[in-house]
Amino acid sequence: MAEVTMRIFRGNANGGEFVDYTVEAPEGQVVLDVIHTVQATLANDLAVRWNCKAGKCGSCSAEVNGKPRLMCMTRMNLFPPGEPIAVAPIKTFPLIRDLVTDVSFNFAVAKEIPAFKPRPPEADGTYRMMQVDVDRGQEFRKCIECFLCQDVCHVIRDHPENKERFFGPRFFVRLAELEMHPLDMEDRTELIRKAAGIGMCNITKCCTEVCPEDIHITDNAIIPLKERVADRYYDPFRWIFGKLTGK
Amino acid sequence: MAQVETAVNAPHRLGFLATLRRDTWWVEPAAIAIGLTIFLGYLSVSAFLDGWSYEIGPYLSPAFEPKLHGVYDAWWFSPALFILWIPVGFRATCYYYRRAYYRSYLLQPPACAVGDLGRKYDGEGHFPLILQNLHRFFMYGALIFVPLLWIGAIRGFHDPDQGWGIGLGSVVLCVNAFLLMMYTFSCHSFRHFIGGGLNCFSCSAWTRARKGLWDRVSAWNVNHRLWAWSSLAWIVFTDVYIRLVANGHITDPNTWSGF
Repeated sequence: MAEVTMRIFRGNANGGEFVDYTVEAPEGQVVLDVIHTVQATLANDLAVRWNCKAGKCGSCSAEVNGKPRLMCMTRMNLFPPGEPIAVAPIKTFPLIRDLVTDVSFNFAVAKEIPAFKPRPPEADGTYRMMQVDVDRGQEFRKCIECFLCQDVCHVIRDHPENKERFFGPRFFVRLAELEMHPLDMEDRTELIRKAAGIGMCNITKCCTEVCPEDIHITDNAIIPLKERVADRYYDPFRWIFGKLTGK
Repeated sequence: MAQVETAVNAPHRLGFLATLRRDTWWVEPAAIAIGLTIFLGYLSVSAFLDGWSYEIGPYLSPAFEPKLHGVYDAWWFSPALFILWIPVGFRATCYYYRRAYYRSYLLQPPACAVGDLGRKYDGEGHFPLILQNLHRFFMYGALIFVPLLWIGAIRGFHDPDQGWGIGLGSVVLCVNAFLLMMYTFSCHSFRHFIGGGLNCFSCSAWTRARKGLWDRVSAWNVNHRLWAWSSLAWIVFTDVYIRLVANGHITDPNTWSGF
């Protein structure tokens, strides 16, 4: 059993500071375990959001030594022994207290995305989809809405004013899932170009780097959406072909 | 839409290089900046060195492939410019290179969770960066280069005076054609073109065939960065090698001279 020093941010929207807590951390623990030890022994009033402790609920997002991570999936042996481990709240959303932020921006954005609109059912009243057609969407369904991708995206992380005109990577994943769905009839291309602001993404792939579900956000969601927008708005050959063939 | 926040709470701050990271996050963007500067800088200079021989026997530097021209007297004009604008445009608008130079040159952002440069950010939504949408047109052009480079590579086995044979330069040209082919075929726009734009892969024999190709291109696309760097480095190596042989600095081992 080793002693570790956790340098945890304590404060609220009015300000705060990092406070060092030294506790025992048995081998095999993750950052969230140690945060719980601190909360149980040294700082009963420490605010931290968590739920499943298994990397599936997306609640315990934080910045550990400056990197956006799920605390429950970050093993303590990642860090060099003897050095304090800094744990801070995520940057992109307003701080409520200590490690807890207000992520309601994301729920407001979610409401702006037109829901799944299936085509009419087949003659027997059912829908049929082949597995090959839903494989792509299943990757996107892995999203646990931890919002680490939203946190790390510099478009809103470094420019909060852009939240008015940029949905963020999590919602490009959602839009890609809907747009690529074989049964969906809704056309969201104009929304993707304009309201969602896909042109603001400069594909630096930080969202992909931090995704705990290993969703290839940039390659499989954002870039395909950019290409679909280019099909519609920036490709005269496709436009002419569509006019000639009626497609 | 949620109320817009105009600032961030402590312990964070806004601004260039603002970060809580304590690792060596600057190493990757610095290494990429150095690599891109060396390789692209060399190719930029090389394109104007048409007075320094770039072909000998069966070998022609891929920077001048296909050969449409001779030597020009004006130093500011390179015959390579007739053709280079297509591969240059293809790489300049490539999704991987965009990631690389946005991070390493434009510092937007230099690394993940490190403050970017600039008070205002519009991304690729407005001029001039909206022109990145031209990538697919450069991709169409780059597709034409794939067979042209292979023709050049095969010509590397045929000396105009001595007939068929093989030399180290022939192999170098083949590797060059292969790497540039893989870079082109692993392109994100090509992946979309070949099948990514479909929503129903199973609907017809045509879409099923495109799904098969899309799967293959997707597997290559995973390594697009590898193909981007290896093809860039190799075209520089190929150009240097052929120029060194053509100008008598080194000897190419080959069957025409009996090794």
